Amino acid sequence: MTGPAVAIRDLEKLYGPVPALDRLNLDIVPGEFILLAGPNGAGKSTLLKTLALLVRPNAGSIHLFGEDARRGDRTGLRRRIGLLSHQTFLYDHLTGSENLVFFGRLYGLEDPQGTAREAIRAIGLEGRGDDEVRTYSRGMQQRLAIARAFLHRPDLLLLDEPFTGLDADGSDRLEAHLRAVRDGGRTCVLATHDLPAALRLARRVVVLAAGGILADRPAAALPAAELEALVRAAARPGRGAPHPGMGAARPDAGPGARP
Amino acid sequence: MSYFRTVLLVAAKDLRTELRSREQIVTLLFFALLVLVVFNFAFDFTIIDFVSLGGGILWVAFIFSGVLALGRSFQIEREQDRIQGILMAPVDRSAFYLGKVCATFLFMAAVEAVLVPVTVILFNFPFGPRVGAALLVLVLNTLGFAAVGTLFAAITTQTRRGELLLPLLLFPAAVPLALSAVRSTSHILAGRPFDRYSSWIALSGAYDLIFLTTAILLFDYVLDE
Amino acid sequence: MPARRGILDLAQTILFVIVLVLVPLCLYVVFAVVPTESRMGVVQRIFYFHVPSAICAFLGVGVCAGASALYLWKRDRRFDLLAHAGAELAVVFCSIVLISGPIWARPVWGVWWTGEARLTSTLVLWLIFVGYLVLRGSADNPDQAARWGAVVAIVGALDVPIIYKSVAWWRGLHPRVLKATGGQGLDPTMERALMLCMLTFVLLFTYLIIQRCRLGRLQDDVQALVHAARRGSLPAART
Repeated sequence: MTGPAVAIRDLEKLYGPVPALDRLNLDIVPGEFILLAGPNGAGKSTLLKTLALLVRPNAGSIHLFGEDARRGDRTGLRRRIGLLSHQTFLYDHLTGSENLVFFGRLYGLEDPQGTAREAIRAIGLEGRGDDEVRTYSRGMQQRLAIARAFLHRPDLLLLDEPFTGLDADGSDRLEAHLRAVRDGGRTCVLATHDLPAALRLARRVVVLAAGGILADRPAAALPAAELEALVRAAARPGRGAPHPGMGAARPDAGPGARP
Repeated sequence: MSYFRTVLLVAAKDLRTELRSREQIVTLLFFALLVLVVFNFAFDFTIIDFVSLGGGILWVAFIFSGVLALGRSFQIEREQDRIQGILMAPVDRSAFYLGKVCATFLFMAAVEAVLVPVTVILFNFPFGPRVGAALLVLVLNTLGFAAVGTLFAAITTQTRRGELLLPLLLFPAAVPLALSAVRSTSHILAGRPFDRYSSWIALSGAYDLIFLTTAILLFDYVLDE
Repeated sequence: MPARRGILDLAQTILFVIVLVLVPLCLYVVFAVVPTESRMGVVQRIFYFHVPSAICAFLGVGVCAGASALYLWKRDRRFDLLAHAGAELAVVFCSIVLISGPIWARPVWGVWWTGEARLTSTLVLWLIFVGYLVLRGSADNPDQAARWGAVVAIVGALDVPIIYKSVAWWRGLHPRVLKATGGQGLDPTMERALMLCMLTFVLLFTYLIIQRCRLGRLQDDVQALVHAARRGSLPAART
């Protein structure tokens, strides 16, 4: 496809009088891997949920894969979006297989049973596929949650703090998985506080502050220390807050460049 | 995934979960039984006629356990943010609603299937021949209760005072059903002819139709953000 | 636009003046002009407040439900303010009905609560809209409060006729035990007094709902200013 995977113009989301997203503009090219950074309350979760079509914005436009997400075929779009968060979305009293088959059916997959079997094998849970999820360890549940998120092979993958609560092994596994996804050409937006891991994966970094974009740079041009400093600056109220509407749709050329 | 199959899928998921855990159905049954036992002690049935009070007692037990079922049904979706998994899926949200209504209906029906025979035994009541009418009364009123209850429970479980709010909203809204159910049941227990309570049954049917339709139309707004 | 604002303000002031005149006029008519009813005595005068209050309660429910539906359709905050105001007034006027009913019943029928069909139904209605207000208060943000409230209001309003019908059947009643017009035939003075009270109450209702909406809008503005101040981005003062 030629156009951007995601095109956001003047996006606004208010919770009462509080703007969670303040006239945001953003373009994401297909296959890009974006790190969404920023302090708590900057709007990362809200932005992800809006892209996931879970949150309805108050104003502005979103186009996903060239289609208007507000007016177009939302059901069709949902088939192409996947969300992975720190919550597993899994049903405790169903088995691993049953969980996957359930979601497979919800997404209208052709062969839910087959796909589920394949996925269970791929994440190394072959022997435990018929055990209830409540008997799984946290690491196993996370693996299953990842399988669930990818089951329908989404073109746009949204990740909301997926590293939370994972041990080193789980983190490595997730990172490897995400690398494979990135290399496979899917578009990913990752919001996380785990900056080192994210910087290894991301090609572009977008820093949010108070619902607007503070900085938008290629990852190569942004050392970890500088990114951390930016995030800390963004957390201070009144200071570091961007002018509303700031944030060109494409990233800056590099450090020092202004939009 | 077609609308109807989504409804079945959601209902089946709830039922399967319940059959595995068995936590809900057991609680519901015991709670309803407890209500009956309390009434057995509260009223002296040698003096008072069960025929006139039986309808009220039964439906109090059903309604109270129904509220528990509703709360639990959505609480499961709250944990682990499971509802987001469903909301992300390319399915009609009202199909999810109907699936939940089906599941709740079946849970309440299971409680009723146990309680009616128990009542017959506990209160020494001779069960009349009006099984068909009794089933109609049970089905229509339980369905209406599940319909409005599911809509409200989807809202109240998102609040902090959810357990208080659900009865506060649901009981007044379900008054027509309660009146219809109790009056019809009383007539059945007394062995009166069908046309004595046919208009009540029609009322329940109309209630079900109106509110199922309304809830299907409104459900989208309940889970939005 | 200042000119349009000016006309609206003028209209509101006129409304206020009319209400200000009508209320004491109404009181005077009810207590000094209208003859005492033969069977029930002086307490029957409550009727002139009881019935119009019921009408206003239904008006409140209707406004709430209609505004709620419009809100869900258009997502305009003003409809939500109107819905909230309508519900509050519905509860207030329902309360008046529920209090005046027993006050009337006690001397006449000897009991506080007669279990009369319409009063019972009004109690259920009151409960529904009290529930509406409690629900709104339990929401985390105004958008949630608006959406949830709208759903409950629409269901509640649709339920109202069904509730009244079912309670009437329950009581075995055919309509009208306490009636306002027709059937028995009211004394013409009484009928005119009732009409006057109806008019007064409806105009009072209108005035109150407008004021309540304005209050809601002001509250919104204050909230917005507070949050802007916290973020260090107050707008320039308006002239």
